[in-house]
Amino acid sequence: MIEVKNISKSFGQKEVLQDISAVFDKGKTNLIIGQSGSGKTVLLKSIVGLHDITAGEIWYEDTRFDTLNFRDKKKLRQKIGMLFQGSALFDFATVIQNVMFPLEIFTSMNRSERIERANFCLERVNIINANDLYPSEISGGMQKRVAIARAIALNPEYLLCDEPNSGLDPRTSMLIDDLIREITYEYQITTIINTHDMNSVMETGDKVVFIYEGRKWWEGNRDEILHSDNKELYDFVFVSKMARAMKNL
Amino acid sequence: MAGRYFLLMRKVFVLPDKPRIFFKQIWVEMEKLGLSSISIVTVISFFMGTVITIQTALNFVNPLLPKFYIGLVARDSILLEFSSTVIALILAGKIGSNIASEIGSMRITEQIDAMEMMGVNSANYLILPKVVAAVIFNPLLTVLSMFIGILGGAFIVSVTQIIMFADFIQGIQIYFIPFYVTYGVVKMMVFSVIITTIPAFYGYYARGGSLDVGRSGTLSIVTSCVFILLFNLILTQLMLT
Repeated sequence: MIEVKNISKSFGQKEVLQDISAVFDKGKTNLIIGQSGSGKTVLLKSIVGLHDITAGEIWYEDTRFDTLNFRDKKKLRQKIGMLFQGSALFDFATVIQNVMFPLEIFTSMNRSERIERANFCLERVNIINANDLYPSEISGGMQKRVAIARAIALNPEYLLCDEPNSGLDPRTSMLIDDLIREITYEYQITTIINTHDMNSVMETGDKVVFIYEGRKWWEGNRDEILHSDNKELYDFVFVSKMARAMKNL
Repeated sequence: MAGRYFLLMRKVFVLPDKPRIFFKQIWVEMEKLGLSSISIVTVISFFMGTVITIQTALNFVNPLLPKFYIGLVARDSILLEFSSTVIALILAGKIGSNIASEIGSMRITEQIDAMEMMGVNSANYLILPKVVAAVIFNPLLTVLSMFIGILGGAFIVSVTQIIMFADFIQGIQIYFIPFYVTYGVVKMMVFSVIITTIPAFYGYYARGGSLDVGRSGTLSIVTSCVFILLFNLILTQLMLT
């Protein structure tokens, strides 16, 4: 479980996050939704400490994360897998080297054990026969899957995904959503996904937090979201004609 | 700016988590930054050696001065200044742009964030092997440049007969001070730290898109060159006077 309590984040004079509190449950896909520029990515990066928060508290189970020293943060981060918006695969490494990277740094596995584990993770995300390719040689969807394989290589307890299906076609997006959901349930991971894709919300949203202009505006699940009378949420969810038509069915 | 640079260096100069990976990275960087520079250093040193010799010969108009002095002056110009400072300025452009663009593009594509996320000290992992590789390999390039530069001088003398070849050979042997080689090597070691850490600093803190990475690269080269010249003065004052 991850909990954020009254967190705020400013860049200079600009307050990007204001007094956000939320609990992200274990074994569930927790979604943070909101339009572009609403502060979703800043919130996610603050949760993992890539941004220092201005105020508030971040808890991983019983450990307060934001006050930990560098060494303890580093230790805790080994339990966190993160999928970045642009995949963030290392250009200098092949597919299998990318997945083996955290194993090489943080485990005492020998080379054959690392290869075995990396292959297992790659097979889990349905990447076959691409071990020796470089990230620039594979498609965007494959890059996301390799990034997921890298994120789960160390058996993380927490998985954070920043817009995992941005730039992907609807079918591949759905595959990625399914994969993340399956991994979450299978390994009982606390998963947080940033998205503005309503398909993802309806497919994977066990819990949904709606961020609007840097504040938490609404919280619920994928069923409740369709019946909410929150105006800003309604404007966000039913922005397309298709969504409005479906609501009226 | 200086504060941020030194804060970054504090992250860079710590013991690596996994020495085995660190040493592997040093080899990779030596190949990328050092071996790949051999050809450019060779070509430039050869031609500069020829030009330095011709210009020195043309300026020796006094008939009372022995001709072997042309070889001596050409040799000392190469040893003292060309093979360390000028080669460092050239490497600042070649290696510097490589480092700034590599680290800068890793920054803007969140690869550095991904490393930090995994608990890896990205500054140490990415920058320290480059610094160590350059400090070890670039002095070898300096020595190579000294040799090739003098060889270039010998070549042009033998081809143009601007002076007697024997005079030139006598000139490059006479009054040889071995400390000049040490001085050139020490200078290059210091310059190597400059031409790796400054571009790494600009790349590491790059923001925005590819244009900003390009801008960081340009700024890093200009800054590196200024600092090379500044430290050239300081080291010359410290070591030769």
